[in-house]
Amino acid sequence: MPEVKILEEVCKGCGLCCDNVCPVGILRLAPDRINSSGYHPAEITDMSKCIGCGYCYMTCPEPAIEVYK
Amino acid sequence: MKLLFGRPAGLTDINQRYCPGCGHGIVHRLIGELLVEMNIREKTIGVAPVGCSVFADEYFNCDMIQVPHGRAPAVATGIKRTRPDCMVFTYQGDGDLAAIGTAEMIHVAARNENITIIFINNAIYGMTGGQLAPTTLPGMRSTTSVKGRDVVTQGYPIKVCELLNALDGPYYLERVAVDIPRNIIKTKKAIKTAFQYQLDNKGFSLIEILSMCPTGWGVTPVQAKKWIAEVMANYYPLGELRNRAKEAK
Amino acid sequence: MAEKELMYGNHALVEGVIHAGCRFFAGYPITPQNESPEYMSIRMNEVGGVFLQTESEIAAINMLFGAAAAGARAMTSSSSPGISLMQEGLSYIAGADVPVLVVNIARGGPGLGNIAPAQSDYFQAVKSGGHGDYHTIVLAPNSVQEMFEFPRLAFELAEKYRNPALILADGLLGQMMEPVEIKGEPIDPKTLPEQDWWLTGCKGREKRVIRSYDLRPGKLEEWNWRRWEKYQKILKNEQRYEDIKIDDADILIVAYGTSARVAEAGLRIARQKGLKVGLLRPITLWPFPSDILSELSKRIEDILVVEMSLGQMIEDVKLVVEGRSKIHFIGHPGGGLPNAQEIYNKILEIRSKK
Repeated sequence: MPEVKILEEVCKGCGLCCDNVCPVGILRLAPDRINSSGYHPAEITDMSKCIGCGYCYMTCPEPAIEVYK
Repeated sequence: MKLLFGRPAGLTDINQRYCPGCGHGIVHRLIGELLVEMNIREKTIGVAPVGCSVFADEYFNCDMIQVPHGRAPAVATGIKRTRPDCMVFTYQGDGDLAAIGTAEMIHVAARNENITIIFINNAIYGMTGGQLAPTTLPGMRSTTSVKGRDVVTQGYPIKVCELLNALDGPYYLERVAVDIPRNIIKTKKAIKTAFQYQLDNKGFSLIEILSMCPTGWGVTPVQAKKWIAEVMANYYPLGELRNRAKEAK
Repeated sequence: MAEKELMYGNHALVEGVIHAGCRFFAGYPITPQNESPEYMSIRMNEVGGVFLQTESEIAAINMLFGAAAAGARAMTSSSSPGISLMQEGLSYIAGADVPVLVVNIARGGPGLGNIAPAQSDYFQAVKSGGHGDYHTIVLAPNSVQEMFEFPRLAFELAEKYRNPALILADGLLGQMMEPVEIKGEPIDPKTLPEQDWWLTGCKGREKRVIRSYDLRPGKLEEWNWRRWEKYQKILKNEQRYEDIKIDDADILIVAYGTSARVAEAGLRIARQKGLKVGLLRPITLWPFPSDILSELSKRIEDILVVEMSLGQMIEDVKLVVEGRSKIHFIGHPGGGLPNAQEIYNKILEIRSKK
């Protein structure tokens, strides 16, 4: 099963990975918390749906996303 | 668990200072990936001039030199002629390449110098606070064109790839974008092609990359991404303008 | 006695550059130094070096920046307006502590001026001609022999201190012919040892960065103070000059380059008339030969400065002399030359007021 890891302290909450990038729509900016830089980091809503395509990583400028399988 | 996608060894561990949603980070990562995948990290020398790209010398995990505004093609020429076996690339923004560095850009292309220019076109001066760039679109607002670029007084944008395509010198010219995954994949392929042509001693390549500057444009990163597809790519059409390798076939 | 060859100054410079192991030249045409790059294009081809005629002097100096950063002995030659265009690049090169050689065959200015010999680029050469706190090592030849010898010295000093070096001459030195003795064995650049700051590709080592900026608070100040320490070493160790008949002199002429040749002729007339005149010829304009001048000013009352300018080096003379001696001046700005009789007359005038 693929797994996406968000490096929350590296994420700048730009939201590029959350906008029509994930084919299964499991990324969003965490509405309820911020990191130490003051950004809402991206988060995964349902890891079991992840297909490991890497599009989220591909659009991330930092990169604050790692994909494992 | 095996890491499929993550920070490539072609980038240092330093977290980048770019603004949220800035396209620089994506292009940095693509180059960082290629330095590893093409096994060229240990023979590459990168040239970072002035602008937001000034920080690139910290981020790429290869030998780097930081040089005066606009002069990267000249510095790269000096490096390449001294160390022809090294892979030499410049990483330049639009103000750097297409305004202050216009002469160096045109002549390095005319010489068909065996280097690669990675050209970030975000239609604005990012580092200095969003002023009108040589690539700012007609009608586009900037901090020195607050009512929008007036072509009567401020002239027209420069289309770098088309301009260089008028020269006999360049080997490979392509315009790409880093707004959506499909284009990001094409961008990586274009950079890889350019690097490979350099390794094969084919000569000069320039990859123009339409890239988001949400801060300079005064929009959100997602709005910036959409603006590339809806507006910017209409003025600066994506695609290959010159590829001598294909002409030869 | 080694064999001597008759050479133009500009050609001797090229031979000196090749002899010094330099295999990288980039430059833009400008009078009165065009004989150098023309001849250089032939010689670099013969020795397998790089010759690049650039789109501007701005490109030329930046090509040197890249070539030297990658480990080449790199040089350019130009004249006053072209040297002005290079100041941005020189500032970056000085700020990045990279050794390069720039040759200024100076002409009359300001602006387009004329192509006659001049010494009005002294300030620009010795007082950090670009932005920021920095110094360039400046050598001033006064013969075709020195046009041949100084490139090697300049590269050695530049590399020893990781600092740009400049040879400041003029069209008269460039275009006159004199016999030149080829001294020493030519340097094979392949034998120059690799330095730990060269950009070569990071095979088997950490990446290297060459840059002139540091945005961390306080760090640039620290860096500049370290460079100041380097400058202090240069000031202490590298002052070079020629002195003629200074032991019994009660009038001292201070002049460099072409002016010094004329001054020496004036000195000879004065000595024939029994006047005790000496000459101090600065060879390094930076570091200025302060130590010897300071000593001489403690016993010599009158110092005559001769320059082909409105008076530039005279300011350094005054700084060193600190009011101990009276300072007199002959200046010829805008491409004019002094002559020996004029200098002798001035010496008589100084003598009559003693």
